[in-house]
Amino acid sequence: MKAAPFEYARAASLAEVCALLATHGDGAKLLAGGQSLVPMMAMRLVRPAWLIDINEIPALKFARIEEDVARTGSCARQCVVERDNSIAARVPLLRQALAWVGHVQTRNRGTIGGSLAHADPCAELPLVAQVLGARMLLRSSKGTRTLEAEKFFSGPMATSARSDECLEEIHWPAWSWRRTGSAFTEISVRHGDFAMVSAAAQVAIDGDGRCVRAAFGVGGAGGTPLAFPKIAARLVGTRLDDAAVSDAARAAAHETDPGSDLHASAAYRRHLAGVLAARALGEAREKARSL
Amino acid sequence: MSETLHAVSVEVNGKPRSARVPARLSLVDWLREELLLTGTHVGCEHGICGACSVMLDGEPVRACLMYAVQAHGHRVTTVEGLARADGSMSVLQDSFCETHGLQCGYCTPGMLIATQALLNSNPDPTEAQIRDAIGGNLCRCTGYQQIVEAVQLAAERTAKEAK
Repeated sequence: MKAAPFEYARAASLAEVCALLATHGDGAKLLAGGQSLVPMMAMRLVRPAWLIDINEIPALKFARIEEDVARTGSCARQCVVERDNSIAARVPLLRQALAWVGHVQTRNRGTIGGSLAHADPCAELPLVAQVLGARMLLRSSKGTRTLEAEKFFSGPMATSARSDECLEEIHWPAWSWRRTGSAFTEISVRHGDFAMVSAAAQVAIDGDGRCVRAAFGVGGAGGTPLAFPKIAARLVGTRLDDAAVSDAARAAAHETDPGSDLHASAAYRRHLAGVLAARALGEAREKARSL
Repeated sequence: MSETLHAVSVEVNGKPRSARVPARLSLVDWLREELLLTGTHVGCEHGICGACSVMLDGEPVRACLMYAVQAHGHRVTTVEGLARADGSMSVLQDSFCETHGLQCGYCTPGMLIATQALLNSNPDPTEAQIRDAIGGNLCRCTGYQQIVEAVQLAAERTAKEAK
């Protein structure tokens, strides 16, 4: 299996990336960690005329916590964010989700932005972005714009980024409530495989154990990862008892629109969405209660 | 058709190597076919089996998911680079023999790279950590048990040697 021939440019700066994209646009693909793009090129599912390598641009590799947000450059390696204790303390869902992403060898190379731009509806990081309402900073030679995750993911393996835009940076909101708990879970044939269905949840409770904010979502059960802000809002004010949690999970499962394939039928995926959403919400609640 | 060639300079197993390569040449094909370092194996060629694992700047990665041109300016360690300076087997390699950690040997270079990288960063791993480290490497012979034992034995031996 060999990729079809392509022209290659190793960009030294973001300005160079934007200039190359402006010139080659539709025919170009950005190469970050390559853990999804390179196999697709090997199988010739994609045949870009130009490959613009963004791996040697230090400005895209940072990962740090600021007051109420974790900021990651699009080319920050997954392993770097996974190991970052300050990010794990403020946006714990990232580390929790990354434990499910591929394997050591792929996380050493795979990037945060690459996973988001690839926009696999089964993938872990897009689900976290959707649940937390991450913001994507896109840059082109014409300027920058910011898209919320909800607007960024437009369909299976598709985003709203234009062909002349490069994902530069991702902002992951950090919640400030002391008693904030989160959880990520999924079902796959083997650990590290693509998830059949995944679920992520984050809840904050007050001193009395009442929910002050909740967010949750499921992956693999629609064309994009799905978050359920309206259903989550109904949990606010409750004590997140099992009945409230399963009601919310059931309502969410009802809103999913999964497909059928060799691995699982649509009905089974919808069933999993409800089970896993309840499990993630329950684990997040227990974590928050323990704080 | 003629393809553009790109100059690359890579430190491979401690030695500087330079070449001119087409952009679509994978790192593993460059290592095997041009540098004749055939210890690294080619399995699935799309990032599933782990047979092609090499260390890039000390971290295990899949050499089928990188183009050789991307290794420019970096350090690559292949299974040939794991042996001792006198050419004899490393503690880990010898432990694989001792515990029958291989049968057909196809996955072995990838297993050695993955587990040596683990031991470099974590000299006393738990069984769960060992299994996590080889989670991306398929073996169809051993059932993995002897591979886990090999890594445990290597960790013990290395700790004893250090005393």
